[in-house]
Amino acid sequence: MSNEATLHSQQEVMHGAAAHGHGHDDHEHHHEGGFISKYVFSMDHKTIAKQFLITGILWAIVGAFFSVLFRLQLGFPDTSFPWLESILGHWAKGGHISPEAYYALVTMHGTILVFFVLTAGLSGTFSNLLIPLQVGARDMASPFMNMLSYWFFFMASCVMMCSLFVQTGPASGGWTSYPPLSALGDASIGSKIGMDLWLTSMALFVVSQLLGGLNYISTILNMRTKGMSMTKLPLTIWSFFFTAVLGVLSFPVLLSGFILLLFDRHAGTSFYLSELFVAGKALSNEGGSAILYQHLFWFLGHPEVYIIILPAMGMVSEILAVNARKPIFGYLAMVGSMFAIAILAFLVWAHHMFVTGLNPFLGAFFVLLTLLIAVPSAIKVFNWITTIWRGNIRFTPGMLFSIGFVSTFISGGLTGIWLGNSSIDIHLHDTYFVIAHFHIVMGVSAFFGTFAGVYHWFPKMFGRYLNNTLSYIHFWITLLGAYLIFWPMHYEGMAGMPRRYYDYSNWESFKQFGDLNHFISIVVIIVFAAQLMFVFNFFYSIFKGRKLTTTNPWSSTTLEWTTPINPGHGNWPGEIPEVYRWPYDYSKDGVDFIPQTVPLSKDEEAAGGH
Amino acid sequence: MSGYLAVLVVVLIFIVIFQIAKASEYVSILKGEKKSRQQSNRVNGFLMISFLVLGLIGVYYCNELLRGKMGSGAASEQGEGIDSMIMWTLIITGIVFVITQILLFWFAFKYQEKEGQKAFYFPHNNKLELIWTVIPAIALTVLVAIGLRHWFRITSEAPKDAMIVEITGKQFNWLIRYPGKDGQLGRKFFKNINEATNPVGQDWDDELNKDDYMATEMHLVVNKPVKLIIGSRDVIHDVGLSHFRMKMDAVPGIPTTLWFTPKYTTAEMKVREDNPDFVYEISCDQMCGAGHYSMKANIVVETQAEYDAWAAKQKTQFDLAHESATPAAAATPAADSTQKAVAVNVVKH
Repeated sequence: MSNEATLHSQQEVMHGAAAHGHGHDDHEHHHEGGFISKYVFSMDHKTIAKQFLITGILWAIVGAFFSVLFRLQLGFPDTSFPWLESILGHWAKGGHISPEAYYALVTMHGTILVFFVLTAGLSGTFSNLLIPLQVGARDMASPFMNMLSYWFFFMASCVMMCSLFVQTGPASGGWTSYPPLSALGDASIGSKIGMDLWLTSMALFVVSQLLGGLNYISTILNMRTKGMSMTKLPLTIWSFFFTAVLGVLSFPVLLSGFILLLFDRHAGTSFYLSELFVAGKALSNEGGSAILYQHLFWFLGHPEVYIIILPAMGMVSEILAVNARKPIFGYLAMVGSMFAIAILAFLVWAHHMFVTGLNPFLGAFFVLLTLLIAVPSAIKVFNWITTIWRGNIRFTPGMLFSIGFVSTFISGGLTGIWLGNSSIDIHLHDTYFVIAHFHIVMGVSAFFGTFAGVYHWFPKMFGRYLNNTLSYIHFWITLLGAYLIFWPMHYEGMAGMPRRYYDYSNWESFKQFGDLNHFISIVVIIVFAAQLMFVFNFFYSIFKGRKLTTTNPWSSTTLEWTTPINPGHGNWPGEIPEVYRWPYDYSKDGVDFIPQTVPLSKDEEAAGGH
Repeated sequence: MSGYLAVLVVVLIFIVIFQIAKASEYVSILKGEKKSRQQSNRVNGFLMISFLVLGLIGVYYCNELLRGKMGSGAASEQGEGIDSMIMWTLIITGIVFVITQILLFWFAFKYQEKEGQKAFYFPHNNKLELIWTVIPAIALTVLVAIGLRHWFRITSEAPKDAMIVEITGKQFNWLIRYPGKDGQLGRKFFKNINEATNPVGQDWDDELNKDDYMATEMHLVVNKPVKLIIGSRDVIHDVGLSHFRMKMDAVPGIPTTLWFTPKYTTAEMKVREDNPDFVYEISCDQMCGAGHYSMKANIVVETQAEYDAWAAKQKTQFDLAHESATPAAAATPAADSTQKAVAVNVVKH
C-alpha cells in the first residue's frame, strides 16, 4: 500500500471514530471539535502525550512527597511533627508516622514512581509524542486504541488513588508485593482491601501498557514515511521500539502472577502458600511456592528497569547529538547495544533472587548473563562521551540533563557490576547499597532523561519555551542533590544496613548512621522543593512562556521540527515530508545541520551517502 | 506557628527566584538570542568543570568521613572472601568511574560552543568501538571468574563437622533451635505449632526431638563452621548476618541453608570494633510486615569451653512443654524483649 493510501485510510478511521466527523478528509484541516473531543477523549497522539505527561507529573509529586514523609521518619526519628497528624490522622498519631503508615508510604512511593511515573509518564509521553512525529506519520496506527491506553491508565490511577484512602490503608508489602505477606490480610494491615485495589489498579495498568505498546510497535514498523528506512530512524524511535517490545512480552507474565495472587487471596488456592501459621492458627494451604511469585514478578520486574531506562537512553542520544552539533557516535553500535540489552533483559531476572535459596548452579548463569549486560551499557557510555568530544556544545537545559544522565548512568551502572556478582550480592542484597544503586541508575538517570526530553520537546508540545534560568537552577540543584542523597548510602549498605527499616536506633550495628540519615533527609527536602519549582515552571510556561518564533528552535534534523509551531491533528498541513538521509548530519562538510528531508547531494551520493 | 513561618519563607524564596528568572529572560531577549546563549554556555561550562572537581573532592571526603563507620571488616572466613572481592571490584569500577566522569565533564567544559569553533564530523570508528567492547568484556570475564569461584565455595556443602542450628522466622522475631546432644534436629510440622509450648511445631513422637532445645540467643563456637537450617512460619523473612557477610531468605514451606565459620569471639570483636557494646546481630532483611525493623536476635560467638558450659544449662523444649503450662510460657522465646518492643509499637496505633 502506498504511503498516501495508508494515510487516507487512517484519516478515515479518525473521522469515523470521532462522533462529529467532518465528512471530508482534507489533510490541511484538523479537527476543531468540542472541548471534550479535543482535550479529554482526544485521539490526537500529541494530546494523549500531554495527558500522560501531566498525569505523570501529578503522580510524581505524590510519589516524591511520600518519600519526603518517610525520610522525615528516617532523618528525624525523635522529632514530632504535629502537621503530620493533621494530614495523616491516626496514621501519624502524635506527629510520628506509624510503622504501618511508613511501610504504606514506602510501598506506594515505589509503585507510583516505577509504574505510574517512569513507565506511563515516561514512555507514555514521549512514545506518543515522538513516534508519529519522527517517523513521519499523521497519527498512531490505531488512534482509538491509543486513547484507550491513556484512559485505562487513568482508571488505574483512580483505583490506586482510592486505595490511599481506605480504612486499612493502601498496600504496604513493598512495591514487589511478595506473598505470603501480600496474600494474607492477617499478616499485614496493608494486605487487606488495599492489596486488592493495588492488584486491580495494576491489572488496568497492564492493559494500558499493552494497548500502548502494540500501537507503538505497529506504528514504527508500518507507518514510516517514504524513504524512512529503519536505519534512518532517530535513536529515540529505536529505543521506544525496544521498550514497547519488552513491555508487550513481559507485562502479561506479571499479570499472570497477579491473577494467581488474587486466587490465593480469595479463591482458597495455594499457588504461593504453604505451611503457614498466622495470627495464632495454622492455615490449610500446603504445597505452594512463595518463590514462584518472585519468578513471575521479576520476569517483568527486570525488563521493567529497561522499559524505564531505554527511552531515556534514546532521548539522551538524540539531545546530545543535537546540542553537540555532531552526529551520534556509532549509530549502529547504539542500536545493536539496545538490541542486546533488550534480549539480555529477559535472561537475568533471577539476579534479584540470589539469596532465596536458588540453586547455586543456576545462579552462576544469571551472574554471567547479568554481567554481560555491562558490555552493551559500556559501549553506550563510551559512545555518548565520544559524541560530545570535539563538539560545539550548547548548554540548553535539555543538554545539561543529558550530560547529567550519562554521569548518573555511569555511577549507578558500575555498582550494578557489584550487585550482579552473586557472592557480593549475598552481603549487599536488600541493603542501602541496593537503594543507592537503583535510585541512581534507574531513578535519577531515568528522571534526567525525562527532564531532558521535557525541556527539549516542550517547544514542540506547547509552542513556548520553559524559563531558562529556572531550568538551570533546577538542573544544578537536582544533580548535586541526587549525588548527596544517594552516594553516602553506598557506605550504609556496605555496613549491611537493611532497607525498608522504620527505625535503626535499636541496632548496635547500624545506629552509627543516624547523623547521615539526618543529613540525607534535609537534602531530600531541598531537592523536592526544586522539583516543585520545575512543576511551577512547566505549568506557568504552558500559558505564559516565551513564544516560539521558529519551527526549528534547536536547529535539529529530525522530522518533528518540520511541522508548524502548533501542529493540528495530522501533524503536517500538506504532504508528509519524504526522508533522504539519516538523522545525524550535523557539521557534515562544514554545514551546521542538514535536515532529513534534504535530498543527498551529488558528492554524497558518490560517497555512498549515509 | 513556626511551621507556617517556614512555609512562608519557602514561598517567598520561590517568588524571589521566579522574579529573577523572569527578569533574566527579559534581559536575554534584549541582548539577543546569540549573546545570551554565549553567556549561559560560559556559566554552565564553568559549573561543569567545578562540579567535576568538587565532586571528586567530595567523593574523597565522603570516604574519609564514612569509612570508619562500616566496621572492622568481615568476621567470618567466607566473609573475608567477599570483602576481597568487593575490594577488587571497587578498584576496577573505581578506575572506570574516575576516568569516564573526568572525560564527560572535561569534554563538556572544553568543547562548549565558541565563536569560530567547528564540530568534528565523526560518525563512527570501528577500531575504537571494538576496543571498548573487548576491554570491558575481558574485565567482566575476570570479575565473573573470581565471583563464581567464591560463589561456589560459599554455597558448597557445609563441612561434616559443622555444628547445626535451626533458625525460624516469624512475625516479628527469630526462633532458634539446637539439635541437642545427638546432633540431629527432630521432625516438625506446622500444624503442631503452639505459641506457648511448641513454637516451631516439633513432633513429640520423634525421639530426635527429645533433646532439642530452644534459645533466645544464638551461641556459636569460634573457628567452628556452623550450618543454619532456615525456615519461616508465616511470611518470607531473611536471615541477615552483616558482620559475617551472610544472608539467606527464610521461606515458608521451603527450608534453606547457609554455612560459615566465625573468626572472632564477641569479646574479641568488642576490642576490634573499639565498642564495648558490640554485639553480633541477626537482622531481618526481607520486608515482613509492620514490625520488620525490629526483628532482631543476637549471636554470641565464644570459645568451645564457654559454649559447652552454656549448652549444658539449656532445658529441652520437650521438658518445658511437658511441665505445667505456666513456667513453660515464661521460658519460651515468645517472651523475649524484641517481641515486647513490637507489641508496643503495634498496640500503640
